[in-house]
Amino acid sequence: MNALFLAFAHLRWTWARSLVLVLVGALILAVPMVTQTLLRGSEEALTRRAEATPLVLGARGSQLDLVMSAVYFSEDRAQPITRAAEDAVWDSGLALPIPLHTAFQTNGARIVGTSLDYFDFRGLELATGRQIALLGEAVLGAQVAERLGLGPGDSVVSAPENLFDLDGVYPLELQITGVLAATGTPDDEAVFTDVKTAWVIAGIGHGHDDVVTADADGNVTASAAITEFQRITPDNIDSFHFHGAAEDYPLSAVLVVPNDIRSGTILRGRYLDPENPVQIAVPAEIVAGLVDRIFRIATLLDAVTLIIGVAAVAAMGLTLYLSWTLRAPEMATARRLGAGRFVILRLAAAEIAILLSAVIAIAACFVVAVIANGDGIVAWLLAV
Amino acid sequence: MIDARDLSFAYPRGGFTLQVPELQVAGGERVAVIGPSGTGKTTLLNLLAGLAVPDGGRLTVAGTDLAGQSDGQRRAFRARRIGFIFQNFALVDYLDAFENILYPYRVGVGLKLDAAARDRARLLAEACGIADRLKNHPNALSGGEQQRVAICRALVTRPALILADEATGNLDPETKEAILDLLFDRAAEMQATVLAVTHDHGLLPRFDRVIDFAALRQRTAPEAQSVVPEGRPA
Repeated sequence: MNALFLAFAHLRWTWARSLVLVLVGALILAVPMVTQTLLRGSEEALTRRAEATPLVLGARGSQLDLVMSAVYFSEDRAQPITRAAEDAVWDSGLALPIPLHTAFQTNGARIVGTSLDYFDFRGLELATGRQIALLGEAVLGAQVAERLGLGPGDSVVSAPENLFDLDGVYPLELQITGVLAATGTPDDEAVFTDVKTAWVIAGIGHGHDDVVTADADGNVTASAAITEFQRITPDNIDSFHFHGAAEDYPLSAVLVVPNDIRSGTILRGRYLDPENPVQIAVPAEIVAGLVDRIFRIATLLDAVTLIIGVAAVAAMGLTLYLSWTLRAPEMATARRLGAGRFVILRLAAAEIAILLSAVIAIAACFVVAVIANGDGIVAWLLAV
Repeated sequence: MIDARDLSFAYPRGGFTLQVPELQVAGGERVAVIGPSGTGKTTLLNLLAGLAVPDGGRLTVAGTDLAGQSDGQRRAFRARRIGFIFQNFALVDYLDAFENILYPYRVGVGLKLDAAARDRARLLAEACGIADRLKNHPNALSGGEQQRVAICRALVTRPALILADEATGNLDPETKEAILDLLFDRAAEMQATVLAVTHDHGLLPRFDRVIDFAALRQRTAPEAQSVVPEGRPA
């Protein structure tokens, strides 16, 4: 008790040193645990979602980019394909094609233009509001809704794809009709809309919102009341239309859900030709390779962490030793006042016990916080 | 209080040897020990406190034969029966004045910190004029205040013998006088014996008896060990 009292008093007196020791110790302890937790969580999340996605159809090129973009809505941007590729799958009768257009963002979240089949395929359910029904409507993933504090009745505006792409991508205000229940997947970090709405953002479809008007003589003038973004309303929705051939409209990828294993095998065979600009990837295979690589790197990271940890613990030990050397006069006084033979040992043990308790408590709080929000962090990591 | 006969001590690595044919100090006496550096004054204090064990002879302090005590027993004896006051005050920087006074109870073998000890610490602090400085740490106290805290610390366990090693060496002349008065008054209240090593000959008239260590080491006759300062009874 007296040893604990003196140890605590000394630690409080040298609070800056104690704080640094505790924080360094907590980091040494927590970082490997947090890394392992996030790695295992990422592996699980990556694998689970990949295995739940039979096939992905996209432009030939990096299969990893294609899968990351189509399955996890990552920043990796595969070359677009055309709607004709989706139609080809429809026409084969071998699988259900689900279009994906993931080129745009709003408030840091990916806008995913798709069909209603996507929600059934992923088993996504609405927590509040209703499903998208009209052009210009959107439903939010749970994390996006929470982060932005938005819900049904609110709106978000798509971000310009390129600041200088003035004629191509004009921001569109999306009316939020619902918020999806949390799933702990990248769907929580996405804003879902109909693929046609994504094409409106892309400038393929548009309405005549008096931005440019023509008089009776056909003279064209730009409206002085030009808006900062397009808005689809009940008054102007009928004026929205699309230009060009429908089969040429762009898609980022198509999720392909085969009717059975045989159908999937047949479909995969149709896209093996390297001359074909479209390819089919199997997400489970791609992600398994990726996870293997990640864990090889993680093993190396563990070794580095161990070495750094040993060095840091040695530095902490040296700090404590030097601190005790500085307390030699106090120990000499204690001896003269009748201190027991093991008083120094007891004081050192008490000080180390208090420091270790604080280190473990802070590290545990950190790890528990990460574990409690693990799904969200993993979803965010995968979406970046 | 102190009874030493044919006391001899030599440091293991050689060099210095202390021989004390006879030394007797009565209970409640105030004795000054003077002498040049290197004559063994501090060694004598260490022997009296049980910090060092005599190689030969007999040494009894407060009724305890120190030569026959184990290390643990000598530590307990020191905690209960000896009060130390040092020239450099030797206060613990991370404890406030009140906790410094109680420090012997935190580290001393066989001492139990209870309400009575805390009350005694407060009363001592009040008597020494530092009752309003108890929450301050040593670095916020003057030299005189620090030595007052050290005196309270030496007295709080109600020791039989107070050993002061150059206790006023770091203080200005006015403070020296005040601190010595304080020490003697408090020691008298507790009927404690004071043995003080000092180089300050101006303070010697205040002691009951003065032991000149240089003379003690040169002479062998027991009666030659003590000198009585002028104006003071023997």
